[in-house]
Amino acid sequence: MVTPPDVSLVTPELPVSVGTGPEREFTVKARTQTQLIVRRFFAHKLAVGSLVVFVLILVVSLLGQRFWKYKYGVVNPDALSEAPSWEHPLGTGDLGEDGLAQMLRGAQRSIQIALLVMVLQTAMATLVGAMSGYFRGWVDSGLMRLVDLLLTLPALALLIVLASRFNAGWVGVAFVIAFVGWAADSRVVRGVFLSLREKEYIEAARALGAKDRRIIVRHLLPNSLGVIIVNATLALAIAILFEAALSYLGFGVQAPETSLGKLIADAQGAVDTRPWLFYFPGLVIIMIVLTVNFIGDGLRDAFDPTQTRVRA
Amino acid sequence: MIVFIVRRLLISVPVLIASAMLVFLMVSAAGDPLAPLRANPNISQDAIDARRHDLNLDKPLPQRFGIWAANFVKGDFGNDLAGRPVKPQLFSRLGMTVRLVLVSQILALVLAVVAGVFAAVRQYSIGDYIVTFTGFLFISIPVFWFAAVLKEWVGIRLNNGLDSLFHTDRRFVFTIGDKTPDFSGNAWDRISDYAGHLVLPTLALAAVTYAAWSRFQRASMLEVLNSDYMRLAQAKGLPRRRVLVRHGLRTALIPLTTVVAINVGLIIGGVVVTESVFGWHGMGEMLVQAATTRDVNVMLGWLMLSAVAVILANLVADILYAYLDPRIRRT
Amino acid sequence: MAPEMPAEMLGGPAPGATRKADPSAVLEVADLTVDFPTEDGVVHAVRGVSYRLRPGEVLGIVGESGSGKSVTSLAVLGLLPKSAKVSGSVRFRGVEMLGLGDKEMSRVRGKGISMIFQDPMTSLNPVYRIGHQLAEAVQIHDKSVNDKAAWDRAVELLTLVGIPNAPDRASNYPHEFSGGMRQRVVIAIAMANQPDVIIADEPTTALDVTVQAQILETIKTAQHETEAAIILITHDLGVVAGMADRVLVMYAGRPVEVGSVDEIYYRPRMPYTIGLLGSLPRLEIGQRQRLTPILGSPPSLLNLPPGCPFSPRCPMRQPVCDDIEPDLIAVDGLVHMSACHFARDLAAKDVSAEEVFVATGTELEDPAAQVIAAGGLLGTLTVPDDSPPDGAVDTGSASADGTADTLTGQLPHPAGDPSTETPTAKSNPAETR
Repeated sequence: MVTPPDVSLVTPELPVSVGTGPEREFTVKARTQTQLIVRRFFAHKLAVGSLVVFVLILVVSLLGQRFWKYKYGVVNPDALSEAPSWEHPLGTGDLGEDGLAQMLRGAQRSIQIALLVMVLQTAMATLVGAMSGYFRGWVDSGLMRLVDLLLTLPALALLIVLASRFNAGWVGVAFVIAFVGWAADSRVVRGVFLSLREKEYIEAARALGAKDRRIIVRHLLPNSLGVIIVNATLALAIAILFEAALSYLGFGVQAPETSLGKLIADAQGAVDTRPWLFYFPGLVIIMIVLTVNFIGDGLRDAFDPTQTRVRA
Repeated sequence: MIVFIVRRLLISVPVLIASAMLVFLMVSAAGDPLAPLRANPNISQDAIDARRHDLNLDKPLPQRFGIWAANFVKGDFGNDLAGRPVKPQLFSRLGMTVRLVLVSQILALVLAVVAGVFAAVRQYSIGDYIVTFTGFLFISIPVFWFAAVLKEWVGIRLNNGLDSLFHTDRRFVFTIGDKTPDFSGNAWDRISDYAGHLVLPTLALAAVTYAAWSRFQRASMLEVLNSDYMRLAQAKGLPRRRVLVRHGLRTALIPLTTVVAINVGLIIGGVVVTESVFGWHGMGEMLVQAATTRDVNVMLGWLMLSAVAVILANLVADILYAYLDPRIRRT
Repeated sequence: MAPEMPAEMLGGPAPGATRKADPSAVLEVADLTVDFPTEDGVVHAVRGVSYRLRPGEVLGIVGESGSGKSVTSLAVLGLLPKSAKVSGSVRFRGVEMLGLGDKEMSRVRGKGISMIFQDPMTSLNPVYRIGHQLAEAVQIHDKSVNDKAAWDRAVELLTLVGIPNAPDRASNYPHEFSGGMRQRVVIAIAMANQPDVIIADEPTTALDVTVQAQILETIKTAQHETEAAIILITHDLGVVAGMADRVLVMYAGRPVEVGSVDEIYYRPRMPYTIGLLGSLPRLEIGQRQRLTPILGSPPSLLNLPPGCPFSPRCPMRQPVCDDIEPDLIAVDGLVHMSACHFARDLAAKDVSAEEVFVATGTELEDPAAQVIAAGGLLGTLTVPDDSPPDGAVDTGSASADGTADTLTGQLPHPAGDPSTETPTAKSNPAETR
C-alpha cells in the first residue's frame, strides 16, 4: 500500500525528465540517408545473394577466359562434337571449339552489351526525362510527342530493321538497343521529376535564388536517384533479353563474335543430339536476368520501403 | 464520353502520320536494297540505275515519302523485291498472327489476374511466394529459348510418350506451322487441328506475358487492399468475398488496362521469335525475311500495320480506362 | 490491466439527459487486449480496455496518437488485420463477437454497429456513384429491397445529412464532392440501417475547422434519427465536451480515467487528464494565464517498462510510479475512476493544472520553480495531433525559443523526437491513433 505523500507533492522527489529517459525509449543512432538505404538493401537476403551471384558470373566470364586452358575461337579437329567431360566440361562444337570457352566469351559479350545499353539508355532517358519534367511547357510536349512516337513502333521490329543495317560489332548492337529502349524509361524519369519539382524545398531553393541547373543537379537528381537506379537495372535485364533475341534471329552479334543468343541459335538444330550446347547458354541468360531482377527489386525496396513489397 | 472518344480518334491521325514519317526514315536508313545488285559483277551499271529509278531511289527523301504515302493511303502498299504486291501477303499472314496473339494474351490475362489477386490476398503465404517467384522466373526466360524447350519436351517427347501410351498415330500437339497442310476434315477437326498447333506457341507467349502482368496485378491489388474504402465496405456489412470482388478487384483492374495495351507493342517482338521457332508463316517470318533482303516496301508496310495496331490498342485502352475510372472522364 | 468492474461503477447516462431508461448495456467491452506481432517484437496496442455502453449514450474516447483508441474500436468490429491477436470480450446485445466468423460479423457490421472513419477523401470508392454506395449499404442487410427502393432510401439519407439537391447529387461520384460532404455521406452510410451503435473514429480530424462543427451537427442528427449509442473517438477535448455523456481517457493502450463529462472536466483525478485540460487554452481565463503543456512523448508500446506508462512525463512522479502500474480504481464516488496512485490526493485537494504542471515559460532546472507558473517562454511545443496523411512528422523541437501552439485545444502530439517516432511508426502496423 502506498503512503499518500503530502500534497506538497508538487515538489517531486524525482525531477521531471525533459523528453524521456533512455531506459524508456529506443535510442537509435542517427544515420545518413545513404547508410539507411544500404542497410535496407542488405537486409534483403535474396537481393544480396543475387548480387553475389551476378558479380560472380561477371568475374568468371571476364577472368575465366584468361585462366581457362582452351581459348575462344581455337579450332580443334581432334575433338569434334564431344559430349561434356572433365576435359571439356561443356563439350565441344562442330569444329572442335571448346564449349566452355565459347560460353565464357558469349557471356562476356552479352553482359558487355547489356551494360553499355544500360549506361546509354539511362543517360538518355534521364536527360530527356529531366528536361521534360522540369521545364514542362513546350519542351515537355515536344519531347513527349517524340517519345510517344517512338513507342508506337514495336521494339524488336525496330531493332531488326535497324540492326540489319548497322554492322558495327557489339558496340553497334548496344547502340541500337539503347536507341530503341530509352523512350519508355524517359517517361518514368519525367514522372518522377514532375512530382518532385512541386515539393516545397524546390520552391524554397528557387526563392533563395538557385538557378535551374543547380536545382536540377543538386536537388532533383539526388532525390530521383532511386527511381533512376531501379530503372537502370530493369534496362539491363531487358537489354540482355533483347540482345539474345536479336542474335538468335541473326541480326545481332555476328561471327566471329559470339553471344549467348548466338550460341543458342547455333545450337538449335542440335537440341536432341547435343543438348548441352543449347541448354547451358539459355540457363546462363536466365541466371543473369533473374539475379538482375532480384537486385532491382531489392534496390526498389531499399530506396522506398513504403511501397508495397513484392517479396520473392 | 463521346466527345472523349472523338477527340482521341482525331489525335490519332497526326500521330499516325508522324509514325509513318518516322518509319520511313528508319527504313530508308536501314539499308540499300540495291546492295546485292551492286555486289554482283554481272549486273551492269545501267541495270542498277534502272532498278534504282524503278524503286524511286533517285528522288529526294521527302518526295519518296510523299509518293509512298500517297499510295499507301490509297491502299497500294507497293510491291516487294520479287514484284509481288505487299498488301495481300501482309493481310493473309496477319490472320494467323492475330490468332496467336489473341489467344495467348487472353490466357495470360486470366491467369495473371487470378494469380495476382490470389497472391495479394494471401500475402506472404506459400502461394504468394510461388506466384511471385514464377513471375520473376518467367520474365527472365528468353521467349525463344523457352519456346524451343517446349517444342522439344512437350511437342516431341511428351507427344511421343502419349502416342505410345495411347497407341495412336494421332498427334496432339504440333510443333511446326499453324496447321497441317493439305488438311481434310470437318469443321470440328479443323478447329482441333488449329488448336493443336496453337498450344505450344501460345504457352510460350502466355508464360512471359503472364509473368509481367501478375506481378503488376499483385502490386495493384495490394495497394487497393490497404485502402480505406475497402475497410468502409467491410464496415458496411459486406462479406469478404463481395468486398474483394466488387470493391477491390474492380478498382485494381483499372491500371491493368494500360499495361495490357502497352503490351501490344512488346508482344509483337515475342510473336516474331515464337513464330520463328515454330515455323509459322506469319508476320514474324515476313519481317525477318524482309530485313534480311532489305525489302523496303515490305518493311514499310509491316511497320505501318503494327503502328496502326499499337495506336488502336492505346486508343481502346484510353477509352476503357475512362469508362472504368470516372475520375478521368473530365479530360 | 483493469479488474472486472461491477455494473454500478461503470456509469450511466449523465444526470439530466433524457435517454432510455433501459439499464441493459448494448455494448459491453471487457478486458480487451490487442497485440501486434512485428519484426521488432510484440506491440501491445491495447492493454485491457473495458467499458459499457448504454442505449442512446454518447461515450467519448479521448487520447493522443498511439493511445490505442482507434485500435479498440476496430477490434470491436473485427476490422483489424489478421496478424492482430485480440483477446478479452466484446458483447453486443449480449452476444460475444470476438471469434465470430466473417459471415456473422458481416451481419452485425453496418446494421447493429456501424462506423464512421477518419479520412473522408479516401473512405469512399472512387469508381461507384454515391447513391450506389448508399444503396449497397441498405441492400446488403435487407435483400427484399429492390434497386429503386434502395436508391430512394439513399436519396432520403442524403437529404437527412444535409446534402443539398440530393436526387441529383446521388448520381455523382465521390470526387465531385468536397471533404465535408463526403464525410456526411459516410455518416449517412453509417445510419442507413438504424444501427444500435455508431462508432465515430476521429470524424473531424481530417477536416477544416469550419467544417468540423457541421459534421458534429450531422452526427447529432444521426443520433437523433437512429437513437443509437455513439462512441466518439477523438483527441479534441472541445469536441468531446459538446457531445459526450461520459468520457474515457486512454493512454498507452488502456484507460487511465473514466467518468462523466462534468467529472472529467471539472474534477480530473489523473495527472494526464489534468495536463490535457491545462494545455487547452480557454477564452474565459484571459490572457494572463499561461498554458501548461505536457512535456515528452508517449512511450513505445513495444517494450513497455513496468510501472505507470505516464510516469516519465508526470510531475508528480514518485518511485512507486516506476514500479507498479496503478489500477483503475474508483474516486469521488462510484462513477468516476482513475488509474493513479495519488488519485485520492488529487481528489482531496482538487488540484488545478497550473499547480501540477509547469506553465510555459519556466526554467526546468530548478525544482522549486516548477511549482508556480512564471514568466518567460519555454518550451516543448505541443503541436496539434494531426496525423498528416503522407506520414510527415510534425517537428516539435525542444528548443528554448519555441512557442506553444495549442490554440485549437487539441492534445499534445508526440513531439518529433526521431528516436521515438521511427520505432513506433514503423513497427506498429495498426494505424496508431
